[in-house]
Amino acid sequence: MSGQLAELVASIATGSVRVVDLTFTLSPEFPALVLPVEFGQCQPFRIEEVSRYDPRGPAWYWNNISMSEHCGTHYDAPIHWVTGRDLPHNSVDTVPVESFIAPACVIDCAADAAADADFVLKVEHITAWEAQHGRIPAKSWVLLRTDWSKRDYAGYANLREDGAHTPGPSPEAMRFLVDERGILGFGVETIGTDAGQAHHFAPPYPAHHFLHGAGRYGLQCLCNLDQLPPKGAVIFGAPLKIKQGSGSPLRVLALVER
Amino acid sequence: MVEPLLPPKRKNPLKRTRLPVSPPDIRSRQSHLLTAAAAEGRFGMPGCLECGAVHYPARDACPNCLSSRIGLIACSDRGTLAEATAVEVSNNVYFRERSPWRVGLVTLDAGPGVVAHLHADCVVRGRVKLAWTLDRSGNAVAFATPETPSANMEDDRQIREMTLDPKHRRVLITDGRTALGQAVAKALSAAGAAIVFVGIADPWKPFAGQDRLAAIAGVQIMPLDITDTESVRELADEIGGRVDIVVNTAEHIRPGGLLDRNGVNLAREELDSGYLGLLRLAQAFGPAMKFRGADGVNSACAWVNVFSIYAQMPWPAYGAYSAAQAAMLGASMSLRGELRSGGVRVVHIFTGPTEDEWFQPLPPPKVAHGQIANAVVDALRRGIEEAWVGDVAQDFRERLQQNAKALEREVGQ
Repeated sequence: MSGQLAELVASIATGSVRVVDLTFTLSPEFPALVLPVEFGQCQPFRIEEVSRYDPRGPAWYWNNISMSEHCGTHYDAPIHWVTGRDLPHNSVDTVPVESFIAPACVIDCAADAAADADFVLKVEHITAWEAQHGRIPAKSWVLLRTDWSKRDYAGYANLREDGAHTPGPSPEAMRFLVDERGILGFGVETIGTDAGQAHHFAPPYPAHHFLHGAGRYGLQCLCNLDQLPPKGAVIFGAPLKIKQGSGSPLRVLALVER
Repeated sequence: MVEPLLPPKRKNPLKRTRLPVSPPDIRSRQSHLLTAAAAEGRFGMPGCLECGAVHYPARDACPNCLSSRIGLIACSDRGTLAEATAVEVSNNVYFRERSPWRVGLVTLDAGPGVVAHLHADCVVRGRVKLAWTLDRSGNAVAFATPETPSANMEDDRQIREMTLDPKHRRVLITDGRTALGQAVAKALSAAGAAIVFVGIADPWKPFAGQDRLAAIAGVQIMPLDITDTESVRELADEIGGRVDIVVNTAEHIRPGGLLDRNGVNLAREELDSGYLGLLRLAQAFGPAMKFRGADGVNSACAWVNVFSIYAQMPWPAYGAYSAAQAAMLGASMSLRGELRSGGVRVVHIFTGPTEDEWFQPLPPPKVAHGQIANAVVDALRRGIEEAWVGDVAQDFRERLQQNAKALEREVGQ
């Protein structure tokens, strides 16, 4: 093997390109999205042992698993939201595979999110980032770093009487990223791409609304974003090829040059 | 007077745990008239449905008129203790291990004489109250207590063999997130349970009554999600050898029949927390409890499941929920059969619609959670197997017995 791919493989082998795992372990305890009880619910991850070197299967260990498409670290396809329902290639089995490998810009709002659980990413935060790191390239992931993944489960879900309180983007910021910058998708550490209180925004759930309406993608429940540079990382994340799937748990890896 | 029962001393961990053995458990079919009465804490004597004469033991034909129509006839449970003795030597292993064992002959006011197990405070020629109680084999036996209740009556060594008294025992309540689970925790703590383990699923999700629950004496909050096999196993690994009573308070109430629901996701959730939840709990906690059925003052003794009455006859408006309840009831009855040889009794509490958010549009009367909690404690103290809580449940029970087909039509209206 020679050429660019051989170079990449060699760089990974020598460690000059580091592979960072941005994925939470799929486990039954991990908080799942909580919807109002009248709605259908997101089935949490469950695991049932089929055999473990025992009479049910003497030499082998394996499990049956069950979960919602939107469990753990997961991917949202455009078909997930009503705004993206009629787009071409809008489900996980038809999304162009080239989009599964793409560069990432990481906007660090960890300090803001620590100060205010309802922190909202605004256009000015994005332009301030660009002033420092340059314009966000088209077809790249924008990842919102909040350090939310470092919280304990209660702090992570952060549920109160009036619902979840977690950070997310404003409608204007989302339109800006989608229309003005042509991003590939938006990724977050929290349970949803939208803020916990985003049902009060106009439109409600702006990240879902604008991203999926324009055929873009979402990544949720990411971790280790603090190990990524503001610019230059490459994301590899391919959802399961579920027929007409709206999303899927997936392994998200970042390639980072040392 | 019986000395008040003291909390048991710590077990010597080097000693072998004695295996539970059963008292004689063969009964005639007619004798199960008494098992049915004992299961619900009712009293009556076998008698002739033609001429009304009562007799004992239960016979296949009336000794008075030879009719074969034998049933349970309601009569006074009072009588006089004619004679008493203590069995010092028995061929039966169960009684050998518990000798001396006090028995006596009670002459009932209703006529028949009955050989009965005796409470320590029953005196010869004294007045007694007779009850049919379930023994550790799950069959009815006659048990006499003084007509006037005496001090610490429930602590009597022999009566505790019949009852499932939570005093000094360690209880697991499977779901403390609900008002029902919290009411049961409070009632069992007040009834003298040594530890009340309370399972909480999704601890990251806040719930109403959290602080009050944690403040109840003896309550220990444990992570437990009965829809997650691993979670149930992990808790059993930790406390399985110390659970003497399980009270399964799992609830998943949603309206909807078969046709007005779209898909099976909700039904799957109902089965997961009802039927499969019970299965997971049974597999994780059942074997150790069955093994510990004779483990001293705090032996394993009871498994309580709380059901909707619609487990017995579906309410089409809540049809899917009713079906899940019926599945759980079926499993629970098998569990009863499987645990019986270990001396562990499975108790069913049936309730009508409760004061629950999901029954909010229904008119009263609705059952308060405290009522169910009291029924759980009462069933354990009396050692009964079936209890129907509240007017709706009682009425349902009667109509079910009288004409199940009529009830099916009535509930469907």
